[in-house]
Amino acid sequence: MENSLDPAPPLLEVRGISKSFGAVRALQEVDFTLRAGEIHALLGENGAGKSTLIKVVTGVFPRDAGVVRLGGDEVAPRSSKAALEAGIATVYQEVNLLPNLSVAQNLFLDRQPMRFGIVREGEMRRRAKALLTEFGLDIDVAAPLGNYSVAIQHVTAIARAVDLSARVLILDEPTASLDRHEVEILFGIMRQLAKRGIGIVFVSHFLDQVYEISDRITVLRNGRLVGERETASLPRLELIRMMLGRELAETTGARATASDRPPREVCASFENYGKAGYVAPFNLELRHGEVVGLAGLLGSGRTETARLVFGAERSDGGQARVEGAPVRLQSPRDGVRHGFGYCPEERKTDGIVAELTVRENIVLALQAKRGLHRPLSRREQDEIAKRYVKMLDIRPPDPERPVGLLSGGNQQKALLARWLATSPRLLVLDEPTRGIDVGAHAEIIRLIRELCDDGLALLVISSELDEIVTYSDRVVVLRDRAHVEELAGETIDVTNILAAIAADGAAMQEARA
Amino acid sequence: MKGLPPVLITAIVLVVGFALCAVQFPNIASTRVVGNLLTDNAFLGIVATGMTFVIISGGIDLSVGSVIGFTTVFVALAIERWGVPPLVAFVAILVLSAAFGAAMGAVIHVFDLPPFIVTLAGMFLARGASFLLSTESVPITAPVYSTVSDFALRMPGGGRLSAIAIIMLVILIGGILLLRLTRFGANVYALGGGRATASLMGVAVGKMTIKIYMLSSLLAGTAGIVFSFYTSAGYSLSAVGVELDSIAAVVIGGTLLTGGQGSVIGTFLGVLIQGMIQTYINFDGTLSSWWTKIATGILLFAFIALQQGLVALARRPTAARAGVAS
Repeated sequence: MENSLDPAPPLLEVRGISKSFGAVRALQEVDFTLRAGEIHALLGENGAGKSTLIKVVTGVFPRDAGVVRLGGDEVAPRSSKAALEAGIATVYQEVNLLPNLSVAQNLFLDRQPMRFGIVREGEMRRRAKALLTEFGLDIDVAAPLGNYSVAIQHVTAIARAVDLSARVLILDEPTASLDRHEVEILFGIMRQLAKRGIGIVFVSHFLDQVYEISDRITVLRNGRLVGERETASLPRLELIRMMLGRELAETTGARATASDRPPREVCASFENYGKAGYVAPFNLELRHGEVVGLAGLLGSGRTETARLVFGAERSDGGQARVEGAPVRLQSPRDGVRHGFGYCPEERKTDGIVAELTVRENIVLALQAKRGLHRPLSRREQDEIAKRYVKMLDIRPPDPERPVGLLSGGNQQKALLARWLATSPRLLVLDEPTRGIDVGAHAEIIRLIRELCDDGLALLVISSELDEIVTYSDRVVVLRDRAHVEELAGETIDVTNILAAIAADGAAMQEARA
Repeated sequence: MKGLPPVLITAIVLVVGFALCAVQFPNIASTRVVGNLLTDNAFLGIVATGMTFVIISGGIDLSVGSVIGFTTVFVALAIERWGVPPLVAFVAILVLSAAFGAAMGAVIHVFDLPPFIVTLAGMFLARGASFLLSTESVPITAPVYSTVSDFALRMPGGGRLSAIAIIMLVILIGGILLLRLTRFGANVYALGGGRATASLMGVAVGKMTIKIYMLSSLLAGTAGIVFSFYTSAGYSLSAVGVELDSIAAVVIGGTLLTGGQGSVIGTFLGVLIQGMIQTYINFDGTLSSWWTKIATGILLFAFIALQQGLVALARRPTAARAGVAS
């Protein structure tokens, strides 16, 4: 890249940005540099801090520490509108335009060409037409924006931002709802804008697109900067390692015992199970006393697999069996009835009920399983709550405390307790260690192992590869919404998982097109 | 343009309805009847014009009926009891009602309250205030009133286009131009499309909210003056329920109750449809006048159902096109 030989002065310079939400440190000392005329990919898994960084830079969230310089001058916008006026425009995945207004009005809202207090509709349409022609769009600008496809709405949003003299254009997952052809058009526009000297931040989880379009890549993980590289000199494997892995050496020895176990009885099996447009059909066997890890990048189909297994999503083909008998999993109720439990990734929104006490949260699933006409007595509830608070070491050990007041790790334990109280045969854990501190992290992993030793079947999703390697007896690797590889025994290590995730980008591209 | 199909349907309902009435009572198809229809519904047309802006912006204004009532009492007392010259009384009440609307808009924006509740409070406030001024009907005998009442443009066929009908038509045309041609009008649609998005796109949402409710109340005040010309009296119980009649006119006129789409011309057609039903009932002579309400109710229901259907239809092709476009 010529950029590395002759670095242009940075257009946008972010230094030492930190941001906490309560006790959660979303960003720690993050640096980010955007040059004029470059397309810079900002990458990271869920919760890595990409969105937070964008929102802090554009003034949606106030920052706790750090400096943002635009063209050398310090800027501190207090709203996205102020950021826009300063020259930093953001186009989100959800297009922020008004579908009920005409395309022309959307482009020129609040700055329409006027004469004698009257909007010059003809002039406005002519200008809108001219502006969109620059972006390769030839559409009727008088028609409501909502009549057009998401792709056209995206381009309109970009055109508006650029026309508002944006120098920095942030595109947050712009390609997520576009088809291949539309992506090509968008990329053409991005290259053209970059040539004009606009700096573009491209947030995406489609790695092949990142390699296709970006000049440089910045990777965040857990709110920290992992590194900034030239795209051309960064192998895909290395990139994925930056996004997922920690240093790998220490972890390999830890899981010797697990692989030495004799094969166990099958608890639940899924044959050719899948759903069109959701996850490609897969075969999966979950055995008692065994942990199966699901590894893959964001959007690769891990959570989708978990939801299918639990019954939160219906499959459109294939056969599920529990203890050998065919079953139908149509709803979470079915999952619970067959002895499945599911701790979702979004603990706060999908899991705990923050206002209820620890006791109430723990007995929730058990009560639901028993049905309303067989209520648990208060004494039974107290006993159950006390047992699990003790067993999982939930702190503070007060069953009557609202769960919302507990730390992330203890909330996670309360959620685990809820399912354990139903004596499940299979427990699905989606990112059980996300957003909890290091100490609780180790405890959750210890718990996973103990549960497994007690004969429970576990299906665990994690972005932390070394963690998956530590407790999994088998690891299913997903890529592009399909199960691509299953590793077992000695073959489970971070390097192999990374290799499976990274395998052949060209094939990925074909699969999608 | 936006909202045209529902407007077209309204127009067709009006034309077909009028034709059916004319078949049964040929006298209905005369400029005299049409002129009276415009005069009888002048105040409704004015207040519904303001309501159109409010509803397109995603809000609602329940206070307009009470503002009309208050205005008639205020004007009558000012002229007859306090000896204020009529013009001064008119200006005073217009300023007062505009300020009242601005205050409601400010409360809605600053405290982020639902317009329904705020204008409901405004409705009680204005109605209560008019009872405070006077509980009985106050006749107005000022010479201006008889002059204005007598004034009329003669239409071919013997019909009279009264002064208040002319005022209504002027306001109507003004409303159409304001909504269609100005930045203010575009911003009204923008607010109805989504307040948060409009704000992100640079629309001064707070100022717009205040201006929109100010406009609605100002027009309600104007309608109140017109109403006092119409009845030559001020009465605190006048125009009870007019807010609902005007909402009905707006919705029948094809404006989306959820905001973002609609037109003033549609509202005018909605007013005419209500007037036409009333006229038919008058001609028939045997029907209770409450049939107007029943017919309006049925029409309203039909139009809301129709809008839902149109909205559902509008969504589908968009989704399909997003996938197909290539």
